[in-house]
Amino acid sequence: MAEENKTYTIPIGPVHVGLKEPITAWLQVDGERIVDVRIRPGAIHRGIEYMARERNPIQVIYLAERICGICSFAHIVSFVRVVEDATGIPVPPRAKYIRTILLELERIHSHILWAGVACYTLGYDSAFNLGMLLREKVMDVLEAMTGNRVNYGVGTIGGVRRDITPKVAKAINEMLDYYNREFSYFYNVVTEDPIVKARMRNVGVLSKENAIRYCAVGPTARASGLRMDLRWSSPYEAYEDLEVEPVVPQDYLGKVHGDVFDRFFVRVMEVYQSLDIVKKCMDGLPDGPIMHESKPAKLLSLLKEAEGVGQSSIEAPRGDDTHAIKLTKGEENITWWKVRAPTYANAMSWPIMFKDQEIADAPLIINSIDPCISCMERMLVVDEKGSSTMTTKEELIKLCRDKTRRLMHR
Amino acid sequence: MFKMDIKKELGILPKSIWAFHCNSGSCNGCDIEIVALLTPRYDIERFGMKLVGSPRHADALLVTGPVTKYMTDRLRRIYAQIPGPKVVVVVGNCGASGDVFYKSYNLDGPVDNILPVDVYVHGCPPRPEAIIDGVTKAIVKLEEKRKELLESGGGGNV
Repeated sequence: MAEENKTYTIPIGPVHVGLKEPITAWLQVDGERIVDVRIRPGAIHRGIEYMARERNPIQVIYLAERICGICSFAHIVSFVRVVEDATGIPVPPRAKYIRTILLELERIHSHILWAGVACYTLGYDSAFNLGMLLREKVMDVLEAMTGNRVNYGVGTIGGVRRDITPKVAKAINEMLDYYNREFSYFYNVVTEDPIVKARMRNVGVLSKENAIRYCAVGPTARASGLRMDLRWSSPYEAYEDLEVEPVVPQDYLGKVHGDVFDRFFVRVMEVYQSLDIVKKCMDGLPDGPIMHESKPAKLLSLLKEAEGVGQSSIEAPRGDDTHAIKLTKGEENITWWKVRAPTYANAMSWPIMFKDQEIADAPLIINSIDPCISCMERMLVVDEKGSSTMTTKEELIKLCRDKTRRLMHR
Repeated sequence: MFKMDIKKELGILPKSIWAFHCNSGSCNGCDIEIVALLTPRYDIERFGMKLVGSPRHADALLVTGPVTKYMTDRLRRIYAQIPGPKVVVVVGNCGASGDVFYKSYNLDGPVDNILPVDVYVHGCPPRPEAIIDGVTKAIVKLEEKRKELLESGGGGNV
């Protein structure tokens, strides 16, 4: 007879049907039950922060966009905000509103995409197709507004590069009507289905305490009942004029489970919230210029003269996206740039969610935090001799503080 | 012993193309456009094309992204698992040339450094229509390879 309590290791990834991006997870299973999990990120690390040091801020805008194709505008806005913070370039109010509209449109497309993919992971293909059909409408609006479906490239330092013309405004208003009419159908088809409920309820539970302890952010934290949303707690752009309340399940359902269903619910409700914000922005869209400086060469010389450190946090579709930057006077290129994308914070809670779940739910749990692996893959420790070393928390904190001190004295 | 009738097997092939998608370090932009291909608006399944979950079922390999060092070996292994005749379609600029990632320290790409590429689909990201166009061009190439195989009696290494 085999040893008792023997566990087997099942690898998932890096290339796997249930995953859209390369990441490896080793599941320790006892029968069908997951006992432990190890995650190996770093498969698609591209060294973006390093590359940025050889480029000027205007070039880096387009690099920042390609940190992630789904939340690309969130990264652009976060990046241009740090440069504006470091240099003191003002942003016209109309540009702020247009940025907010684009951020919310992006949130709509990201959340619907996620909801569709979650249904696909369950094997509920009709709902996936329905969700993706609905998503095409917002993609049309984004295309009408910016000229591209993904990676719009419309953000620039001190404003935006595309205005909302009357034609685009008409398309946006049509889209709002369309979603207010049609989206509830998708939502009902999923949430009222007993099988979906059985697959999502009490699966991948993250309690409120663990969400705080493992620093979950964005919809993952809100689904665990944490009232946190940067649009509410530290408003930026046009959110200063709007009132945004964080969407938490206890306000709607009366109780927090912190499971996959709650994460689904929060994202669906945020689509409605985003529609509302877009409508408010369209109603209150101020007139005026959309750029502080329209000539790139002039803007570049302005940036060359700038000296300083900038920091900015915004609420991307997956959580808070923080950028920090340093510009040195007389140097065209960026001195350093640091990005902290939400997925890295959320990925820390995976092992908690996996505990005592079934293997069949593993892809769903991985997808439930809406992982954006390409966002998080910027940190990789490579030992040149190829050996691996363990770093304790204290050592890490010490290294962090040393680095901060080093950067402060540059 | 199992004996394969290569003429019969290759005769079945030209009906429809099945593709396997491998993300080798892309920013997700191309990947969501590939997912959009499956959706009702673009619906590649009406052409009989579909995405499959295993490279062993695939005729075409869709590669997105500049190839990172970690993914190089995986990409080679996936390519080796696809039964011939096979085609490789690179989706997106960064797989074709590196694009914005051109000076990165962690890339082995572009894809043609690693695999023989048949079709490049440009754009960052390319539109779903462009990807469909690229895959239909790949079908022509696949047909050529199939014919070559049939003539050589299955001995060629395609």
